[in-house]
Amino acid sequence: MPRLRRMSLLNVENLKMHFPVRGGILMRALKTCKAVDGVSISVSEGETLGLVGESGCGKTTLGKAIVRLYQPTDGKLQFEGQDITRVSQRALRPIRRDIQMIFQDPAESLNPRLTVRDILEEPFLIQKQGTTAERRQWVGELLDKVGLASTAADRFPFEFSGGQRQRIGIARAIALKPKLIVCDEPVSALDVSVQSQVLNLMLDLQREMGLSYLFIAHGLSVVKHMSDRVAVMYLGKIVELAPSEELYHNPRHAYTKALLDAIPVPDPSKRRPRRLLSGDVPSPIDPPKGCAFGHRMKHPKWEQSVGMDLKLEEISPGHWVQKCPCCVD
Amino acid sequence: MSAAENILEVKDLVTVFDTDAGRVTAVDGVRFEVKRGKTLGLVGESGCGKSVTAFSINRLLPQPHGKIAGGSISFEGRNLAGLSVEELRQFRGREISMIFQEPMTALNPVQTVGKQLAEAILLHQKCSSREILQRSVELLTKVRIPSPEVRLQEYPHQLSGGMRQRVMIAMALVHKPKLLIADEPTTALDVTVQAQILDLINSLQTEMGMSVLLITHDLGVIAETCDEVVVMYAGRVVERAPVAEIFSSPRHAYTQGLLQSIPKIESVPKSRLKAIPGSVPAIETLLPGCRFAERSGRPHLPEHLNQRPPFIEISPQHWVEQCPVCVA
Ligand SMILES: Nc1ncnc2c1ncn2[C@@H]1O[C@H](COP(=O)(O)OP(=O)(O)OP(=O)(O)O)[C@@H](O)[C@H]1O
Ligand SMILES: Nc1ncnc2c1ncn2[C@@H]1O[C@H](COP(=O)(O)OP(=O)(O)OP(=O)(O)O)[C@@H](O)[C@H]1O
Ligand code: SF4
Ligand code: SF4
Ligand SMILES: [Mg+2]
Ligand SMILES: [Mg+2]
Repeated sequence: MPRLRRMSLLNVENLKMHFPVRGGILMRALKTCKAVDGVSISVSEGETLGLVGESGCGKTTLGKAIVRLYQPTDGKLQFEGQDITRVSQRALRPIRRDIQMIFQDPAESLNPRLTVRDILEEPFLIQKQGTTAERRQWVGELLDKVGLASTAADRFPFEFSGGQRQRIGIARAIALKPKLIVCDEPVSALDVSVQSQVLNLMLDLQREMGLSYLFIAHGLSVVKHMSDRVAVMYLGKIVELAPSEELYHNPRHAYTKALLDAIPVPDPSKRRPRRLLSGDVPSPIDPPKGCAFGHRMKHPKWEQSVGMDLKLEEISPGHWVQKCPCCVD
Repeated sequence: MSAAENILEVKDLVTVFDTDAGRVTAVDGVRFEVKRGKTLGLVGESGCGKSVTAFSINRLLPQPHGKIAGGSISFEGRNLAGLSVEELRQFRGREISMIFQEPMTALNPVQTVGKQLAEAILLHQKCSSREILQRSVELLTKVRIPSPEVRLQEYPHQLSGGMRQRVMIAMALVHKPKLLIADEPTTALDVTVQAQILDLINSLQTEMGMSVLLITHDLGVIAETCDEVVVMYAGRVVERAPVAEIFSSPRHAYTQGLLQSIPKIESVPKSRLKAIPGSVPAIETLLPGCRFAERSGRPHLPEHLNQRPPFIEISPQHWVEQCPVCVA
């Protein structure tokens, strides 16, 4: 595939998303939670960028900032060349059709008082598309695509299992045939067979419509399968980014290595003692100085990283890694 | 198998929901036992009734439309259906506790994490507010949540998905229950934190003999933590066996299809993934016979579709529900 000639669809530059942490009797902002702290990534047309990282490192926040559910604190968001960092909600409406999100917790995004039909028709109604009969048909087709029976349309979200709800969220995200979907753990609640069906569907849509994905997931073999490139995030920052095969075969950052090392193996005869990461998970509220991972691992050379500009450095074509003194060999 | 060896015995459980469209049977004659101090894994197709089974055991079915229509559930020899509301309150958290699949439905969105943890602690314990704070910080630290003091003052929506999941895990472990029912406890956790949480559960098992019923889609986690595995399909148990045997010699067509669908790290990126063709029939249209027949690709006779296949022990401790002619 002519990867180099692809047009960049989404450009994220030095994005920051900080939340005030309130406390005390007056609930004043006492501290800041630096959930996303200077992330630069891009996604090209028809490309899938995988995003992995420690729980709480800022993946969902980054995704929500990209679909502009949050107003970024700082940095720049560009979609199809247009700066959307500070665009008003009204001006965002046409863009909303092109950028969709599949949410990590379906309970957060599916209105419990609406039937599945209402939920799936809503995007068409907002965009004023189709007649009643057409919309009915589209809802049926969407349900079929995600492996749900058409009878599901007249039931409420709470009447479904976790994985069925997740698929309703997927059906809604693909309804308007967007250009970019931010997928936050899109298949985590699915058994491996249904997971394969959904992932095959996502790959088909990509091939047919040139769709792009930002694919956030904890299942590392799934991320590798789906992604052209993978970014590894740690405490609000990208620490490594590379083509997926390269990242899995030649990880350079110590955290990436720890991740790959901890993948559970689906073979009881290969059971091994789990190697646990030592140290305390760092907090975005009081982030350590210098490199967060080195600080956590009490790396002997961590102190050298304090005060250093820990920028990403391209060590081989397309393989970027945080420039740091110790844990990158 | 003696009763004393089993902490939980589920026999022929049937759970139904009354919906606008009529009655649906979500769990249709499920039986299994959880052995004391052991981990039983529960896997199966999305929507096959795993969570409903868990809710039935814990008597947490949505009321009034969900109910147990048949079978029995006994815990340490006591019939759970016979418990009064007060006895149930005493029971939950200390004897059996549960980690829910979707944290947002289990946590109260308008209460701080600290308040909810305090409630969980006070359920079975009298503590001063200082002790509560100390316990809470300790619990959050145990589940690896950084800045615990700050987090206690936050609301669930201010936490990441994995942090919410870990708050729930902390709440479930407060009183060191005898049986932990964990419904997809690690889906929102990266593999390094997942390993730490599984290790925490494991240490409670060795320390106090806690038993675990683990529901998960992650077959890697099943392989690494379970002693025995129960496989469900469309409301029924189709196979059960010790963990090594399930992986090495699965017998039911569904189990085989499931294991073949495990994504491989060596797979060719963006190639088509293996999946079992077709999908589960809608819950309203389930047949009495083998429900996997259509998707199995195996030859079978019409009578197999009209009659539930027998559940037979094909080798010691390895049970399968299938017609006599069903062979790979
Ligand atoms: N609305 C919010 N208000 C305040 N803090 C928030 C908010 N949303 C997220 N945070 C904080 O931002 C940090 C990053 O959270 P985020 O949900 O982005 O993590 P994540 O990488 O998606 O983690 P997980 O893998 O557990 O889902 C966390 O410390 C979280 O508490
Ligand atoms: N409140 C309810 N009303 C009606 N039907 C329900 C209700 N809750 C669950 N069901 C149905 O019962 C069946 C079993 O659901 P359950 O949640 O137990 O599945 P599961 O095995 O946990 O699936 P998943 O892996 O997707 O979480 C599903 O078909 C679901 O649609
Ligand atoms: S090498 Fe530097 S940046 Fe990398 S983990 Fe170690 S201290 Fe951190
Ligand atoms: S032969 Fe019987 S058990 Fe096997 S798939 Fe067909 S109907 Fe099911
Ligand atoms: Mg998240
Ligand atoms: Mg479930």
